[in-house]
Amino acid sequence: MTSSGTAVVTLPTQTQIVITRDFDAPRHLVWKAYTTPELIQRWWSGERGEVTKAEVDLRIGGTWRYMMVANGGFEVGFHGEFREIVPNERLVTTEVYDTGPGSESVDESMAPLITTTFTEVDGRTTMTQVTDCPSAEVRDMIVESGMEAGMQESMDALERVAITLA
Amino acid sequence: MAWTGALTYADIDIYCLTMPRAATTTDAFNAVAEPRRRAILEVLADGERPVNDLVARLGLPQPLVSKHLRVLREVGLVDVRGAGRQRIYRLEGRSLEPIHDWVKGFERTWEQRFQLMDEVLEELKEQEEGESDDE
Repeated sequence: MTSSGTAVVTLPTQTQIVITRDFDAPRHLVWKAYTTPELIQRWWSGERGEVTKAEVDLRIGGTWRYMMVANGGFEVGFHGEFREIVPNERLVTTEVYDTGPGSESVDESMAPLITTTFTEVDGRTTMTQVTDCPSAEVRDMIVESGMEAGMQESMDALERVAITLA
Repeated sequence: MAWTGALTYADIDIYCLTMPRAATTTDAFNAVAEPRRRAILEVLADGERPVNDLVARLGLPQPLVSKHLRVLREVGLVDVRGAGRQRIYRLEGRSLEPIHDWVKGFERTWEQRFQLMDEVLEELKEQEEGESDDE
């Protein structure tokens, strides 16, 4: 898949995260992969675990809910509500982290807002995902989740090495 | 993910950080939280520069530039060498690694998802081609 791009993350303001990625496919297919439960099942957990739930009620005010069992055995879930839907072009949704410490007191009105746009040029699609966070702290927490996961993966790998050496 | 030493404008965006993790002033996170210090790093990202050149490009008083350069040197973000009577500053990319890694972990998580999405998309494309062949 050499013709696809690599994800680029930037932090243009204190409360935003922008992820861009090129796909070697027309945007109606990228949209399909991004919004169809059976297809979300196959990519959403990345290398971090297995998707155990992907529910999508794709209409304004409808909710989505994804869950995965991470490689460490713990369950991680997110859900949100669709705010804007322009098929193949634009999707606006909230995103709430619903498993783990602190999730009991989630204030849905303070949920980060994710705006995803799909633009197609010559059969290739650029997906841009802008996350607007209610505060710099929330933004940093989201970015940090990636680092923690990365570190966790390294620790797991280290543990495996240690076990083979024992 | 090795730090190559090349700094792009995308990387500069990474410096828009809040400071909860900066425990001391001798910390790269703290040093880059100051906008004028970020401006200095942006200029140095294009290559090493003498102080006078930095002063001219940034339009800031020399003592202020020197003060910021001192802070950046203390945390190892820039290095200096003497060339005749000039002092030439350059970016020390390695010390940006903690900041770089902070965002890169997140970027990697998403890239892993997108690579799986690439596989899904290849299948969808094949299906579509198959369907149009049937017509």
